[in-house]
Amino acid sequence: MLTYLIRRLFAAAVMLVVIVLVVFSIFFLIPKWTGVDPATMYVGKASDAAALEGIRQKLGLDDPILVQLFEFFKAIFVGRDYTSAGSTTRCDAPCFGYSFKTEQAIWPVLTDRFPVTFGLAIGAAVIWLIIGLTAGVLSALRRGSIWDRASMTVALAGVSLPIYFTGLISLAIFSYGLGWVSNEYTPIEESFPDWFSGMILPWVTLAFLFGAMYARLTRATMLEVMGEDYIRTARAKGVREMVVIRKHAMRSTMTPIITLLGVDLGMLMGNAILTETTFSLPGLGQAVLKAIGERDLPVILGVTLITATAVVVANLVVDILYSVIDPRVRLA
Amino acid sequence: MTAPLHDTVPAETADADVAARVAKDAVEGRSLGRIAWTRLKRDKLAVAGGVVVLSLILVAIFAPLITSLVGQEPNEYHQDLIDPLFGTPTGSLGGISSDHLLGVEPVNGRDVFARIVYGARISLLVGFLSAMVAVVLGTVLGILAGYFGGWLDALISRTMDMLLAFPQLLFIISLIAVMPNKLLGLEGTGVRLLVMILVIGFFGWPYIGRIVRGQTLSLREREYVEAARSLGAGRRYILFKELLPNLIAPITVYTTLMIPTNILTEAALSFLGAGVKPPTASWGQMLNTAVRYYQEDPMYMVVPGVAIFITVLAFNLFGDGVRDALDPKGTR
Repeated sequence: MLTYLIRRLFAAAVMLVVIVLVVFSIFFLIPKWTGVDPATMYVGKASDAAALEGIRQKLGLDDPILVQLFEFFKAIFVGRDYTSAGSTTRCDAPCFGYSFKTEQAIWPVLTDRFPVTFGLAIGAAVIWLIIGLTAGVLSALRRGSIWDRASMTVALAGVSLPIYFTGLISLAIFSYGLGWVSNEYTPIEESFPDWFSGMILPWVTLAFLFGAMYARLTRATMLEVMGEDYIRTARAKGVREMVVIRKHAMRSTMTPIITLLGVDLGMLMGNAILTETTFSLPGLGQAVLKAIGERDLPVILGVTLITATAVVVANLVVDILYSVIDPRVRLA
Repeated sequence: MTAPLHDTVPAETADADVAARVAKDAVEGRSLGRIAWTRLKRDKLAVAGGVVVLSLILVAIFAPLITSLVGQEPNEYHQDLIDPLFGTPTGSLGGISSDHLLGVEPVNGRDVFARIVYGARISLLVGFLSAMVAVVLGTVLGILAGYFGGWLDALISRTMDMLLAFPQLLFIISLIAVMPNKLLGLEGTGVRLLVMILVIGFFGWPYIGRIVRGQTLSLREREYVEAARSLGAGRRYILFKELLPNLIAPITVYTTLMIPTNILTEAALSFLGAGVKPPTASWGQMLNTAVRYYQEDPMYMVVPGVAIFITVLAFNLFGDGVRDALDPKGTR
């Protein structure tokens, strides 16, 4: 188990470094290939030559990419001073860059907004795993029944509806129409009931899409597993049906589901951005969209990195969970 | 595991003529494609999905003809139909009339029907072409990984794992943010389309690649490949003549199911303002505008949302049908 853990940790670290490299080179190399001066992306359009030169010096944009990359990594651990024309801006560790549009370090922005996105993703995950797995298992066990048909129809609709459309419709009906829930975000420390009320629709909207996907997958896997020989053997031995389902069938149904969970985390972040935009939640998604509108590259870089990190870490957790459920993984 | 090759012929129709034909059929045997086609034709939902998909393709191709038939242009302003105070259409239900079949959009009063028809072009173009990029990359790299194994397999497999877990929507957004307005002779929407097709395709290939790799791994050990090898068949012959034809079925299934996902990604990007540029019509972009007016003019939100829903649903139904038809187990 320990070797497995170490190997997975190492793989996660490698992946993080690769992601930083890739994201960093996008912002460094693409402007270079397409002949755009990266300095113009950091200041406004109506900037004079002196301002551009100042930015270039401050950010070290003329340095080779390896130097810039080194500076970037160094800043995460020890912070960084941006100096030009005598004035110095200090960015404390962990420094993920400094936005010259808003005159703010990126890290506090990220730590401010991460909990919103995180809360959205976790809440939705709880809902979709409970609903999706239950619906899938019940559909497989009662194959062809009204329940099976109804839930699979809903699931098919769920995977075919864009999340921002379901979100807008649910807002129109439940918030503006019926007034059951709040349409505004309240921070959890201010008032828990208000926070909860504002998060219900985003959670359900996000969970509807993923729940539908998982219900379809669970049903298909469960049907396959129930046809296996060892299920017949268990029944032939006289094991009670409930035990066959719980101990024999469910356990092997879970393995592909957990694999999917790891793969889907990246997709979840994308959909979380869409959900945040639809419900005006002040999370990472909104921050990055605002940054795109203003072409605030350091913020985009920071958000991409922290999201990728979250996905890598979550994947690590999923992998470890996986090895607990399926001992074969550890040996491979 | 043998597929049911022959339909059972009901006794009452089994006259001599039919029996003779069936017998002839049985001697000739039927190709996998023929069997799949017969099964697909029997699946009503899949046929319905296929018909809708086909009509959508025709709508996209003949968009200028269709809009000229109803006498509307996608970019023509009709500000006389807009309430100057609120910016919403004056007529009921978003200004639906015999001239404007689906109403007019808020503020500018452009015809919604014409924009939906033209929007189909963008959705299908990105959906199909990015799927093609994914299929080409996924098939080539999947076969290479599965057939040669070793370090090449390790490299390709790790890359696939990483891409699958990557928050791709965020990545595409940041990439589009640094793309210049002009590139390779394209401008504005052209650049955005190119980037979307290539990047969505690039993030899609691991889904195909994983399946192809797995299939190749098991196929290369089969007797017929062994036989070809012992007869002195070259590597290229084995890859293209022995392996590839047996991979067509899984590739077809995953491609059909990938197109709707790609359409949703394009719509999401346009919804976030990172898709095609105005005035080019796109469904996601219409929803983006609709967010601001959905309380006063809900019709404008419903129309593009339903367009996306129907399109994606039709592709999913068709794709599910293709999967069931090509699946020799036929469990679902």
